[in-house]
Amino acid sequence: MNESNSQGKRLGIVVGGSLTEGIDVKLDSATPIEEMAVGRYVVIEGQKSRFFGMITDVSLGATNPQIAITPPDVSDPFIAEVIAGTGTYGSIHVSPMLTLSGDAATIITGPQPVKTVPAHFSLVREASEADVQRVFGEEDDRHFYVGTPLDMETRVCLDISEFVKRSNGVFGKSGTGKTFFTRLLLIGMVQKQSAANLIFDMHNEYGWEGTSEGNRKVKGLKQLFPSKVAVFALDEESSRRRGVSTDSVVEIGYDDIEPEDIELLKDTLNLTQPAIEAVYQFSRQFGEGRWLEGFLKLGGGEETKELLQKLSIHESSYRNLRRGLERLRRLPFLVPQARGSSVQQILAYLDRGMNVVLEFGRYTDVTAYVLVANILTRRIYDQYRERKEAAMGEKRAEPPPLVITIEEAHKFLNPEVAEQTIFGTIAREMRKYNVTLLVIDQRPSGIDDEVMSQLGTKATYLLDNERDIDSVLMGISGKSELKTVLSKLESRQQALIFGHALPMPVVVKTREYGSPESYKEFGFREAAEFKRKAEKDLKELF
Amino acid sequence: MSDKIGEVIEASTGQFVAECYKLHSPPPLGGLVKTSEGEIEIYGVVCNASTESVDPGRRPIARGKDEASEEGVYRQNPQLSKLLRSTFDTLVVGHCKGEGTSPLHYLPPRPPRVHSFVHSCPQEEVRRFTQSLDFLNILLAARINSVDEIVSACLRQASSAHPDRHAFLVKAGKELAILLGYELNRLNAILRRIKQ
Repeated sequence: MNESNSQGKRLGIVVGGSLTEGIDVKLDSATPIEEMAVGRYVVIEGQKSRFFGMITDVSLGATNPQIAITPPDVSDPFIAEVIAGTGTYGSIHVSPMLTLSGDAATIITGPQPVKTVPAHFSLVREASEADVQRVFGEEDDRHFYVGTPLDMETRVCLDISEFVKRSNGVFGKSGTGKTFFTRLLLIGMVQKQSAANLIFDMHNEYGWEGTSEGNRKVKGLKQLFPSKVAVFALDEESSRRRGVSTDSVVEIGYDDIEPEDIELLKDTLNLTQPAIEAVYQFSRQFGEGRWLEGFLKLGGGEETKELLQKLSIHESSYRNLRRGLERLRRLPFLVPQARGSSVQQILAYLDRGMNVVLEFGRYTDVTAYVLVANILTRRIYDQYRERKEAAMGEKRAEPPPLVITIEEAHKFLNPEVAEQTIFGTIAREMRKYNVTLLVIDQRPSGIDDEVMSQLGTKATYLLDNERDIDSVLMGISGKSELKTVLSKLESRQQALIFGHALPMPVVVKTREYGSPESYKEFGFREAAEFKRKAEKDLKELF
Repeated sequence: MSDKIGEVIEASTGQFVAECYKLHSPPPLGGLVKTSEGEIEIYGVVCNASTESVDPGRRPIARGKDEASEEGVYRQNPQLSKLLRSTFDTLVVGHCKGEGTSPLHYLPPRPPRVHSFVHSCPQEEVRRFTQSLDFLNILLAARINSVDEIVSACLRQASSAHPDRHAFLVKAGKELAILLGYELNRLNAILRRIKQ
C-alpha cells in the first residue's frame, strides 16, 4: 500500500488474536512504545477491508525469556538501539470495532460492525484524522460535536436525534466533569431542536449560569438560548438573589402528593415499612388528594387514638410517620392549596417546544429533589401517555419528544424503588411514549440493573469503584478491554462514551466550554454585537 | 579492475586459501575480497592469515641477533622473501553472475579455480555487497574458530564503506539479534565488538 498524507504513521503488524479477545499487534522497532496509549485509534489494513479499532492494552515482550534474567548492557545507546524491536519488542492489544470497507452497505450506512479479523501480518497504522472523521461523522443538523479523541483534533459527533430516542446516562466521580458534559448535551439538544427538555436542576447549574472548577462563571442554557429556555424556580428568593430571571415559580399542593411519593422517600425520611403501609391506610381513610392535609391536621387527642385503633396502626408507626411528614411540611414550596397548576404550566411550555429548567435554589437536600421530580414527572408522563395514545387513535399530532434530566439518579432508580417510581417506568418502557431520561449519577452501581441495561448511550468519566465500573459496562462487548480504558481516564474532562448514538466506544476530551469563542460556536451573540446586527438589519429594511 | 593482491592456492565451495603476492601483506581480517570462476565473481571474507616457510620441512630460524632493526634482518637476508610466504583463508559469502550484476548472498555453483587472481574489493563494491546482510547467516554458521571475531571484524570493515556508519551497524546488530535470538552471550559479545 502506498504511503500518503491521508494515512497515519505505520505502527506494526498483526501477529495474532481473535474477534472476541482482540488483536495482538507487534510494534515496529521504530515505533516508540511510550507514544502508544490506551483509548487511541488504529486502522488495520486487511486484505479486503480496513478495520478500525481502539488500543486497549500496551505490553512489553521478549523473544528470549533469558533476556530478562541477563539483560544486555542498555546503558550503551548502541546496544539499546539494537535490542529494541529485536530481542525485545513492544506490542499493543487492539479491539477491532468497525470495518471501513468500500462495499455498498458501508457507503449507504457508514462503517459496519466488525465480524471478522484481519489476516496475519496485516499492516497497522495510526488512525488518521480522515479515518476518525469518517467514523464519527461531521457536525450537521443531527450530529453534535462533543469533544476530540485523545491526541487528535478531529471532532467526535453524537447523533443527537438517535440520542434522544432512548434513555441515556452520564456517570463519573464527583468533580470529573459530569455537569459540564451534561450541559453540553443539553445545549446540543436545544440547538438541534431534537427534543424538548425538562431539567431538574438540583444545584442551579444549567438554567442561568453555572460555575467551573476554578469558580469561573459559565453561561447556562437561558443565556445562550433565551427564546428557547424557560427557568422555573422552586425557591424564588434564591433565584432573585442570584439575579436569575425566572419565568415562573413552582408550588406544589398537598393534594398533589400521593402515597407512592412518600414510599419513594422512605429512606430519606427514615420511615419504617409499617409507617409506609399506614400512609396507604390514611389515603383510603381521607380519600386520595386529601390524605396529607387530613393527616397533618390530626392532633394528639382521643380521636386520633381511636382512628389509629380503627385502622390498626401502631402508635410507634404513627409517630415515625408523623416525624417524617413534618419534615415535608417545612418545605416552603409545599402548600395546602397551590395557586395554579405548575404541571400544566410546564407542559404548556414543553408543548411549544420550549425547554424547562427547574431550579431548586436552596432546597438542595434529596428529599425535596426526589419529591418534586417524582410528582412533576408522573403528571407529565401521564399527560404524554394520554396524548400519545390519542395521537395513535385519531392521527393527531404526536407530542414532541421529551428528555427529562435527573441528577442523583440512584435515589430514583435504585433496585428497591425502580419498580415503583415513574423514572423506573420511563427508563424501562422507554420511547414508546416519546419520553426518555438523561440520568446523571456518581454511583451507577446504585441504579437498578434493568434500568442500566436499557440506557442507550452512556458517557462515563473516571470511576474507580469496581462495582460502579462493572455496572456501567454491563452487557457491552469487549468489556474487559474497555475496563482498562475506563480506569486509565484522566481525572478530569476525559470521558468514555459508548452506545446507541455512536458507532463505537470512544474516549474523548470534552469540548471546551466557558470561553467567549465557545459561546459563539453555539450561536450566542454578545449584547453589543446583537445591537450592531439589529441596526444593520434596520438599515437594510428602510 | 581493483588491486590484485594474490592468487588462489587451495579452493573448495565454502572456503579458499590464497597466497599474497607481497610478503606480510594479507588483506585485513574481515575484509571483503573477490576472485572469479569464469563469468562468476566469488566474494569472500578474510577469516585467517598466516606467514610461514614455503617448504614445510624448513622452519625459519632467528637471524636478527646482531641487527639493530627488524628491517635490517630482511636487508641482510634477501632470500627470505623467497623462502617465506603469506597466505590468507577466506570464507565464501556470495557471488555475482558477471561484473555489474547485483550480488547474490549464497554460495556459488562452483569453487574458484586454483591460481585465480584474488582482488581486494573497493569501498563502493563493499557497500553494494553489504546493502543486504543475508551473508551474516553464512558467516555465523561457518565451522571455524572464533566466528564471532570474524563477524565483528567484517562488520567494522564494512561500516566504513557506508555513509552512515551508525545506521549500518544498528541494522547489522538487529539482524544479528534476530539470528542469535537464543544465544544472548554471543550476541552481546559481538555487539560490544562492533560498537564505535
